[in-house]
Amino acid sequence: MPLFLNDEQSMLRDTAKDFVGEKAPVSHMRKLRDDKDATGFSRDLWKQFAEMGFTGILVGEDHGGLGLGHVEAGVVLEEIGRNLSPSPFLSTAVAAVEALKGTGHAERWYPGILKGETVAALAIDEGAKHRSSVGLKAERAGNGFRLSGRKQFVTHGHVADLLIVAARTAGAADDEAGVTLFAVPQGAAKMSVTPERLADSSLAARIEFDGVEVDADAVIGEVDAGRDPLGRLLRAGRTGAAAEMLGVGAGAMDMTVNYLKERKQFGTLIGSFQALQHRAAHLYSEMEVARAAVLKAQQLLDAGDDSTGSGGADAAVSVAKAMTGMATMLSVQEGVQMHGGIGMTDEYDIGFYMKRQRVLAEMFGDANFHADRLAQLAGY
Amino acid sequence: MMSDLEQFRAETRAWLEANCPPEMREPVRTEKDSVWGGRDQSAMTPAQKQWMDRMGERGWTVPDWPKEYGGGGLSAAETKVLREEMAALRCRNPLSSFGISMLGPALLKYGNEAQKKEHLPKIARGEIRWCQGYSEPNAGSDLASLATKAEDKGDHFLVNGQKVWTSYADNADWIFCLVRTDPTNKHNGISFVLFDMRTPGVSTKPILLISGYSPFCETFFDNVKVPKENLVGELNKGWDVAKYLLGHEREMISGMGLGGGGKNPLIEGARKTIGLDAEGRLADPLLRAQIALFEVRAKAFAAQSERFIDELKAGKAHPAQPSMMKYYGTELNKSRHELMMAAGGSDELEWESEASDGGREARAWLRTKANSIEGGTSEVQLNIIAKRILNLPGA
Ligand SMILES: Cc1cc2nc3c(=O)[nH]c(=O)nc-3n(C[C@H](O)[C@H](O)[C@H](O)COP(=O)(O)OP(=O)(O)OC[C@H]3O[C@@H](n4cnc5c(N)ncnc54)[C@H](O)[C@@H]3O)c2cc1C
Repeated sequence: MPLFLNDEQSMLRDTAKDFVGEKAPVSHMRKLRDDKDATGFSRDLWKQFAEMGFTGILVGEDHGGLGLGHVEAGVVLEEIGRNLSPSPFLSTAVAAVEALKGTGHAERWYPGILKGETVAALAIDEGAKHRSSVGLKAERAGNGFRLSGRKQFVTHGHVADLLIVAARTAGAADDEAGVTLFAVPQGAAKMSVTPERLADSSLAARIEFDGVEVDADAVIGEVDAGRDPLGRLLRAGRTGAAAEMLGVGAGAMDMTVNYLKERKQFGTLIGSFQALQHRAAHLYSEMEVARAAVLKAQQLLDAGDDSTGSGGADAAVSVAKAMTGMATMLSVQEGVQMHGGIGMTDEYDIGFYMKRQRVLAEMFGDANFHADRLAQLAGY
Repeated sequence: MMSDLEQFRAETRAWLEANCPPEMREPVRTEKDSVWGGRDQSAMTPAQKQWMDRMGERGWTVPDWPKEYGGGGLSAAETKVLREEMAALRCRNPLSSFGISMLGPALLKYGNEAQKKEHLPKIARGEIRWCQGYSEPNAGSDLASLATKAEDKGDHFLVNGQKVWTSYADNADWIFCLVRTDPTNKHNGISFVLFDMRTPGVSTKPILLISGYSPFCETFFDNVKVPKENLVGELNKGWDVAKYLLGHEREMISGMGLGGGGKNPLIEGARKTIGLDAEGRLADPLLRAQIALFEVRAKAFAAQSERFIDELKAGKAHPAQPSMMKYYGTELNKSRHELMMAAGGSDELEWESEASDGGREARAWLRTKANSIEGGTSEVQLNIIAKRILNLPGA
């Protein structure tokens, strides 16, 4: 398979570009922020995502979805990134859909996702930095489980209909085995959800589980075998976050290169200064390399590669997340710097790109986390 | 039912397994492990010769060139399969040469039928080794200011002047050379000619590199007669050929960023000198972090190389993209060797010892510094990206 978008994927990209660019440009996000919107995204827009078929991209045709892959989901995510559009697409239509795939929960949750009615959130992280350990306890109680512990950085957690919670049913926090994934519906008793506004004005919740009781059928997949669906969730989430970040970086780079062709100083366009040309050309190169890394990971996932060695899809996902993290960070930093003073103003959009990049870079592990992970996979 | 491509894959793998000598599946370690072909094949090992000849017979040294010119006539998809299968079996490249990576593509585009029939099959079979006569003492980055002149003498050109940094000129059989045919016109006064290095009046003088090797030369032309039929493309239009060829040269040099298959020598080297801690991590955490972040870029660049070749074959690559590949790949390769030196410590500083294999890594490290100079410097590549891809003004 060649490493570029095929004709159908390019068509989808054009559709997504037009749709997201028209319905949710940066001004849409700015307005939600200025209004201090409590939801953090537009439910109406989420419905329209469903009408476009986007929410069913990763849902199999047997469940009424499009049965497409991570490349296609990434095409949509990149446009979301480029327009900084607040959307539950990544957590719901990508990560949650993948986590539930092939489990009894697909039947229950897919229809709402396909209709753009259901929003899912991922309760994975327990500290300020993403780690592979899971400490939140799930003890057997009656016919089900009782969950105790805390999660944070749960994007859309305050409005989610479905929370996917990683919990420990056996062993200690750092153990590989003994993890179970739960589907917890909204409004469960003894759960307190506190939304916090982040630097990019998106909302992510801190959640306290104070003995939250769930039925046995809340288990996603098998008890103690949660690394399986969690692995699918993380591979999809990381690849998706990388794709969205790629859009953020590309959007910032485009703005910057355009600015170099407009702004005059010393009687000439600043884009004619070689010092800036070289930095822009270097940035372009980093972004191209990141783009290839993301596409490679998407294609390997779509080919069904689930190998966990240092040469397989799992490693490719970490390469994609780390490389995109580094390249897009350069993009937003150079973006602000090359805009000069105007780049520091709230009124101008470039700063939004910097804030969004920082959030996505942190999500599901930053570049250092993934570089470390690759080193471990390669045995050093 | 197997698809045609799966069928091709199965057949290719079987053929490679049967025909690639075991010695040719060992990693390439020194310059001597690379095969360059040429009239004089006395330095080649029997296995090298066998592997080159077998692949050459099938046209698989240049799998996507047309069969009539000695190529394999494979489609882009088949070529990719061949490369994948060669990588899977760790087969060495049977033949690398400036003929394959530079002159061949230029001849395919700009050569006339007689030139293609004459030169391409010999390149494919490794019979003739070429060198590149571009740079001159006063024409480096500003290549189009070159002065070596070729005067029209009826049935031949008379060439006089000097080239410099001519890689392997002393081992090459033929040269592709840029000459000035109109002194009044900078870019439109250059022509692209081919001639035999044994022609009277051609002489070479090796130059010693900081690595201690002499892979390149000063090359002098003193009343060298070049037959008119050896002009490629039109008179005074050689700059187009030269630029097209440079794109292919950059593509080739960018491949150095890939490092190659098999065991990763950087990680292996670090493990050996530094060791692992109780958790199985490299015991020097700062070097480990540098290597890990480097490896992210190296793996991402491998994906970019695959993407670039796929786009190129499908006609989707930006014409200036080789500049980006060259820039990134060579800077990456320099970082790799800096890290290899850091990982090796004082072991790798030994210049002549047996343990250091005659200073193999130290010399390789120094050699890589040329990667971002040869074929157009990094700064020149950045200028090209800025101007032609980003369309920045006045670059
Ligand atoms: C190992 C090796 C092998 C080579 N093999 C061959 C060969 O086989 N055949 C051949 O013809 N040539 C060959 N070359 C020559 C090579 O192409 C030139 O060295 C190269 O093009 C640079 O030219 P220069 O050395 O004159 O440097 P200069 O052009 O003098 O450059 C000096 C410095 O100035 C910078 N600079 C120059 N112009 C600009 C600009 N416009 N903007 C910003 N910075 C600029 C350069 O980037 C560089 O850092 C080889 C070189 C090496 C090192």
